[in-house]
Amino acid sequence: MNTDGVLVQALVVAFSAAFTGNILLTNFLGMCPFLAVSRQVKTSMGLGWAVLFVMTGTCILNWVVYWHVLVPLHLEFLRFIMFIIMIAAFVQFVEMLLERYSPVLYQNLGIFLPLITVNCAILGAALFMVIREYTFVNTVAFGLGSGAGWMLAILAMAGIREKMKPDRIPQGLQGPGITLIIVGLMALAFMGFTGVLSGG
Amino acid sequence: MNGAGGGQKSVKALAMEGLWTNNPIFGQVLGICSTLAVTNMVLNTLVMCAALILTLSMSSLSISLLRSWTPRNIRMMIETLIIAFYVIMVDIALKAYWPEMSQNLGPYVGLIITNCIVMGRAEACANTQPPLTALVDGFFNGLGYSFMLLLVAIPRELLGMGTIMGFAAPYFSGPHWDKWIIMVMPPGAFFMLALAVWLFRSIQGPQQKEGAK
Repeated sequence: MNTDGVLVQALVVAFSAAFTGNILLTNFLGMCPFLAVSRQVKTSMGLGWAVLFVMTGTCILNWVVYWHVLVPLHLEFLRFIMFIIMIAAFVQFVEMLLERYSPVLYQNLGIFLPLITVNCAILGAALFMVIREYTFVNTVAFGLGSGAGWMLAILAMAGIREKMKPDRIPQGLQGPGITLIIVGLMALAFMGFTGVLSGG
Repeated sequence: MNGAGGGQKSVKALAMEGLWTNNPIFGQVLGICSTLAVTNMVLNTLVMCAALILTLSMSSLSISLLRSWTPRNIRMMIETLIIAFYVIMVDIALKAYWPEMSQNLGPYVGLIITNCIVMGRAEACANTQPPLTALVDGFFNGLGYSFMLLLVAIPRELLGMGTIMGFAAPYFSGPHWDKWIIMVMPPGAFFMLALAVWLFRSIQGPQQKEGAK
């Protein structure tokens, strides 16, 4: 029963991170790269994978650092700096690993990795994980779910933007304007998922 | 004449650029991430904007002061650390003197660190300009950012809850006004921001064609 309970709880956390509490659509995190890179499905896919991977990795890393280094030492106020350093180090490390062992993957994801260091969604996920006091298993689930949710949102956005390329849009609304309206509609649709969790 | 006049004009030019021609929100479209979430309440927005203005001007100043000692290849890391330093101060001060507000804002104060506009100004201006210019530039960019966010926040709270800064507004809090709950929810923020961007880009007109496409 115990392991079952833990698994179910982790599933709920992952589901709510990806859908009902989508980090982009309800918490507005990671908007800058979202607006800038969502023109094509192919590049969005690359960035989406990179975010998914880095978010999961850094959430785990930051959980360990926060609960096993900062809290015992009463240095919680250093968490912003620690998280940023851990994220930058992780990204750098992954970049080097990829370059060395998987040139193909490096070519596809390489350009996105440095961008991710300053992606607020990554730091945001780490901060949410601390505020909500997730257990280790839930942290893994949360990282995976948030990353997947972000990827889902940017893929959907890129798909829509590719389709509406030929459409004529008022001059002031081009670019960010129309994208924000579409994001709003997407957020509206995602709000529908709320019932899934609360309704049981 | 050149000295004083030139200095004055440049402050004016910087103000113009930060507030209008190159406004962080509708010109550069940067840094909307961390602050959109708090625009459902005007008071939260004000506090958040004050924190942002402080961080942005002070970090621009510090980065500019240190610019000749900063090695090029690790400058991003140093800039981030400087920004984080000011954010931590703001965060601790809020926690100590205004715990409820700190609770309300949640992780978003910390997220100023990764707010692209701070880093953007550091890279675009503070890195190369003298301290005073950087300070003024940071301040007006923060101000330009804040007035756009307030423009998003005021209608959201008014239409969604019938209040402004927590005080009941005459008509909107009455029984005749059906509250637009959607405005306080996330989609409302996207719609309001889109409208604001649309409005200001249209007023600015075709001079800004480059950034639009």
